[in-house]
Amino acid sequence: MELSGAEIVWECLIREGVDLVFGYPGGAILPTYDTLSSYPQIHHVLTRHEQGAAHMADGYARATGRVGVAMATSGPGATNLVTGLATAMLDSSPVVCITGQVPTSVIGHNAFQEADITGVTLPITKHNYLVTSVEELAFSIREAFYIARSGRPGPVLIDLPKDVQTARTEFHYPTDEIRLPGYQPVPTAPEEKINRARTLIRSAERPVILAGRGVLLSGAVAELREFAERTETPVGLTLLGKGCFPEDHPLCLGMMGMHGTGEANHTVQEADLLLAFGMRFDDRVTGNLATYAPKARKIHIDIDPSEIDKNVEVEVGIAGDLRQTLTDLLAGLEPIEHGDWIKRITRWRDESEERELLNQVLTSPQLKAAEVVHDLWTLTGGNAITVTDVGQHQMWVAQYYAHSPEHALITSGGMGTMGFGLPGGIGAAMGRPGDEVWVVVGDGGFQMTLAELATAVQEQVKVNIALINNGYLGMVRQWQELFYEKRYNATPMVSPDFCALAAAYGIPAVRVSERSQIEAAVRRAQDHTAGPFLIEFVVEQHDVVFPMVPAGSDLHDMIRRPINGPGREKEIQS
Amino acid sequence: MTNRYAITALVENRPGVLNRVVSIFRRPGLNLDSLTVGRTDRPEVSRMTMVLEGTNADAQHVKRELNRLIHVITVEDMNGTPYVTRDLALIKVRATPETKSEILQMCGHYRARVVDAAESSIVIEVVGEEPEIEGLAGLLKPFGIIEMVRAGVVAMGRAENILDTHRERSSWALQRFALEKAS
Repeated sequence: MELSGAEIVWECLIREGVDLVFGYPGGAILPTYDTLSSYPQIHHVLTRHEQGAAHMADGYARATGRVGVAMATSGPGATNLVTGLATAMLDSSPVVCITGQVPTSVIGHNAFQEADITGVTLPITKHNYLVTSVEELAFSIREAFYIARSGRPGPVLIDLPKDVQTARTEFHYPTDEIRLPGYQPVPTAPEEKINRARTLIRSAERPVILAGRGVLLSGAVAELREFAERTETPVGLTLLGKGCFPEDHPLCLGMMGMHGTGEANHTVQEADLLLAFGMRFDDRVTGNLATYAPKARKIHIDIDPSEIDKNVEVEVGIAGDLRQTLTDLLAGLEPIEHGDWIKRITRWRDESEERELLNQVLTSPQLKAAEVVHDLWTLTGGNAITVTDVGQHQMWVAQYYAHSPEHALITSGGMGTMGFGLPGGIGAAMGRPGDEVWVVVGDGGFQMTLAELATAVQEQVKVNIALINNGYLGMVRQWQELFYEKRYNATPMVSPDFCALAAAYGIPAVRVSERSQIEAAVRRAQDHTAGPFLIEFVVEQHDVVFPMVPAGSDLHDMIRRPINGPGREKEIQS
Repeated sequence: MTNRYAITALVENRPGVLNRVVSIFRRPGLNLDSLTVGRTDRPEVSRMTMVLEGTNADAQHVKRELNRLIHVITVEDMNGTPYVTRDLALIKVRATPETKSEILQMCGHYRARVVDAAESSIVIEVVGEEPEIEGLAGLLKPFGIIEMVRAGVVAMGRAENILDTHRERSSWALQRFALEKAS
């Protein structure tokens, strides 16, 4: 059957299981859009900005585990995808972006709306393609999906010149095995390394597991739990690992790192064995590398061999699928007890409890974001998909919402992309239409991409938006307070009347400024089934996320929340 | 401590691969001291030799990142294994009837040969390891080097240190695409 390149695009997408495409048309991609109506299996979501399309595809991918697809035109359309691609890249999210390009005859001539998008996105994609002939097209699309979803997932961009979209060729979808000699998505872990790891595990007295998103991606949730319980090993979580281990489990330490719990950070620093499972020792997790886990031997298991020894040198580095590797490790591993170690950790946990905001008598009557998130967690029973933006509210969601494998946290961790929240949440909600979705955003990040409210309305997407409004770029303000002698340059923020703004979009909204109002507002949002609902939470303006390890400081050098009193003491504890 | 690292890679012979490879060096601001690319005995596979002046950590970083590239088939750091290297240089040097014989004598020591001779200059071709080439260039300097060009270092492991161990596997798309074009 002879088809145009444009038709081949849709034929290939359908064969890859795509039924939803987030995009924005324009000149160079018009031939492809022109044939869209012949493919009713594909639902196209018109976003209000291409960045929104990329984040929606990313949010969709994170919520479903399937490849998210975004489409844009050449030039500015393509460059607007860049932030979304970088976000997906750093968090290993499978996204395929298809961009129009000027005709091959004028590429390199600075034609209207021409940008070298494969050049631009080279370092922020797992791979990219410039398709120069229609015969290559089906191969490139199939390869792109394979690369995006296999091994350590990531974004792939396909740049499609206009004449390739209109050229015609005989269409066969290739079905033979994809062989890329330079690409081994799942390396096999050598047995002798697994044996060496087992030996270290047996001899450890103070082990700790560092569990990252790899646990969720490889489907190793049950194996992780079995491992932790059989070896009585506490589990610290990365931000993106939230959900991979039950947070009410006695062995769970909560999140590690810059805004991690005191017990998680002290445990890591005092441990004699780190078991890093599907995580990459990001600087927000380790703090100062020179003093990181100084007493510990280290075992690192990751599907991406380039992560081994990258940030932290390890005794045993195993490149392989985490689920398979844990299964192999567990075979022949007898139960081990670490009672004394657990007792020590309990003391650190008790101290955190004492400092915990929610356990304190507060002198200020103002609503705290922590209370909002905590109540949201209880009112949703922990069964909502939470999608955040970036900043203080993101850390409060990480700290006060307990996540589960089915409802893991969706957030821009590696890139820290403000503006991700709303479009990411729309994508997640469209991927999981039966689930309750809460988008938690700050007043700063929300205003970066709030144009996508119109997308949510047009598509009647059921997302609940919890806007945490403190009138500041809160996390930057916090750094200014703690490290820049309270020079609040460029952080106070004047915002529109968000409820009136929501009304302009036809979105019902309610403002909450007292804790007693939270439940009614959340229930109203939950009961509103037709399209989005917004709650503006007006919260304490000068609140600070505790604990905090200053950037570059030692992980145990945490600034803690003071106990029942003003002022913030800095505590250094071994 | 900086050192010289010879890194060899087999890559798919496709547009854009060189750009991806050199981007790995550019991103952390590493300088590629020498880079050679050429076809192997298989037209779909090219072989690169990269010489990096840097620390061991730099070399490991480059290797790790090169391995992530889809179109890079294998990467080896030659340091630590027995290997041979060759570079080739053309050196155009001032030569008068008085100095010519002295220059030719020096060339003899380096197994260099004259590939062009004009009235006041000659072009010398020298092949060898980098120190040999630099040695000859040093000796010729007092006579007046007019210009010099080097091909860049190529490296190959000795005996059973083989980079190209993927001979039976070539890319599915290249193969399929080639078949379709032929039919």
